[in-house]
Amino acid sequence: MARHEVRLAGFGGQGIILSGYILGKAAALYDGKDAVFSQSYGPEARGGACAAEVVIDDDAVDYPVLTRPDILVLMSQEAAIKYSADMADDAVVLIDDDLVTAGAGRMVYGAPTTRIAEEMGRRLVANIAMLGFLTGATSVVGRAAMEEAIRTTVPPKTIDLNLRAFGAGFDHGQRAVS
Amino acid sequence: MPTNEQRVLTGSHFMNGDTACAEGALAAGCLYFGGYPITPSTEIAERLAHRLPAVGGAYVQMEDELGSIVSVIGAAWGGVRAMTATSGPGFSLMAESIGLAAMTETPCVIVNVMRGGPSTGLPTLVAQADVMQARWGTHGDIQAIALAPASCQEMFDLTLRAFNLADRFRNPVFVLADEAIGHLTERVVIPAESEIKRVPRRAAVLTPGEPFEPFRADETTLIPPMPLPGVGFGAHITSLTHDERGYPATDAVTHDRLVRRLSDKIALFSDEITQVEAVGLDDADVAVVTYGSTARTAKRAVTLARQAGIRAGILRLISIWPFPDAEIAALSARMKSIVVAELNLGQVRLEVERVARVPVFGAHHAGGALMPPEIILESIKEAARHGDGNRSRSTPSRPLAAV
Repeated sequence: MARHEVRLAGFGGQGIILSGYILGKAAALYDGKDAVFSQSYGPEARGGACAAEVVIDDDAVDYPVLTRPDILVLMSQEAAIKYSADMADDAVVLIDDDLVTAGAGRMVYGAPTTRIAEEMGRRLVANIAMLGFLTGATSVVGRAAMEEAIRTTVPPKTIDLNLRAFGAGFDHGQRAVS
Repeated sequence: MPTNEQRVLTGSHFMNGDTACAEGALAAGCLYFGGYPITPSTEIAERLAHRLPAVGGAYVQMEDELGSIVSVIGAAWGGVRAMTATSGPGFSLMAESIGLAAMTETPCVIVNVMRGGPSTGLPTLVAQADVMQARWGTHGDIQAIALAPASCQEMFDLTLRAFNLADRFRNPVFVLADEAIGHLTERVVIPAESEIKRVPRRAAVLTPGEPFEPFRADETTLIPPMPLPGVGFGAHITSLTHDERGYPATDAVTHDRLVRRLSDKIALFSDEITQVEAVGLDDADVAVVTYGSTARTAKRAVTLARQAGIRAGILRLISIWPFPDAEIAALSARMKSIVVAELNLGQVRLEVERVARVPVFGAHHAGGALMPPEIILESIKEAARHGDGNRSRSTPSRPLAAV
């Protein structure tokens, strides 16, 4: 499929917006694809559930926002309720399964991404662990491209930590789909 | 956020549209931003507040938009490239002094990242309803120059071009962006500094012993070379109708001569400004005329139309003002019908109807979200049905579709 529509959702402070930016950057700059990243603006986007949206296409992205997401990343139950309604019937759903209970009848893969981050001593990198899980479980973007996007985006002193979190999430992702 | 002194951020970036606009201004050599932050243009001000001081420029947050535009005019007469950025409500407040910039032939760039209006409207959501305001928002006869970016790359490219047009024509130039493009993040490729094309302002030359006339136009371009400040020109600049010396001359003969020249200096050279993109028009029966973020939707709609067996294409207006009459006339001669797609209730459609000689259909929505592909697709289907054999100038205007 040429076009992927990815929505990443969770609560404010989990780094959801940053993870959307990194995913789009990986595809657009390091994976030979075109990508568009957008986020909600306005009071409705402050506090509580938030979402980042990324369209990735082998060709130029025409319509730049989501119509029916085919990949959904959920990191909070509130976000799962708020942002799941319009997903494609065959959507792949990735969840932090410590935080989210998935609905039945979907292609759902879970990993304890927040716990993975906590075990590394920094809960902050849960979003990067989730990006690793996404990369391991789907073919939406390549591992090397994601690692380069992380390297060029996070603060230099945290690159190793972030890449370790990404790697741990990636392994979970590969196991989940194997 | 780069805080170094690098004026041109050469390289590939994954960059927000508003940020790309700010970087386009820096690449153009802009050294002054005077503004009052307003969603959805705020990221332009934010970026330039960080970047301008680092490259030797100045960022001034003014008390309101009335002050903002006047400070920009002052900075331009101070000899630098200057800009402001705003959205609909701020653009309304700037309207009077946009006329001051036109009357005093002040090169400057005004970015309007359009949101839903009228009034406060939809502060965070997209519309394209300030197109006629850009053309006619200030009182008096002016010629507007306006560019409409449809991607983050064009936020960079067209902001850079706006500065060049402003100096070429000694006129305010609008970048009519919209919220959807301003708030997207996409790949933006910034060329090497040596490849950035900057068209310098034509500077006046002081001839010792001869009186200097700051508004004596060059006979070829109809544009007076601009004096530099602080070197003895002693130019008088007024918003009143003025003669070549810059002194008030409020009589009919001077007024007609001045206003006609202000108009002609742009209208007679509009081919230097006009920029359009044709997509899939070679075999098309129906053309969609569109611009800005709606052009992104139109590409999807045309793909769907072709899947349904309708030969449709797109003429994307990259420059909106001066209106590309010749391009629309040529399009009209080749197409059976035309659809105008825009996030307003029919502003550019009026212009297309003025020029086209085939049926013109509108695909309109007042804004609040990107134009949905279905609205344009329906209009294309309707245009394809009515296009055969009906070459009258009648314009069956389509009722607004609800979404």
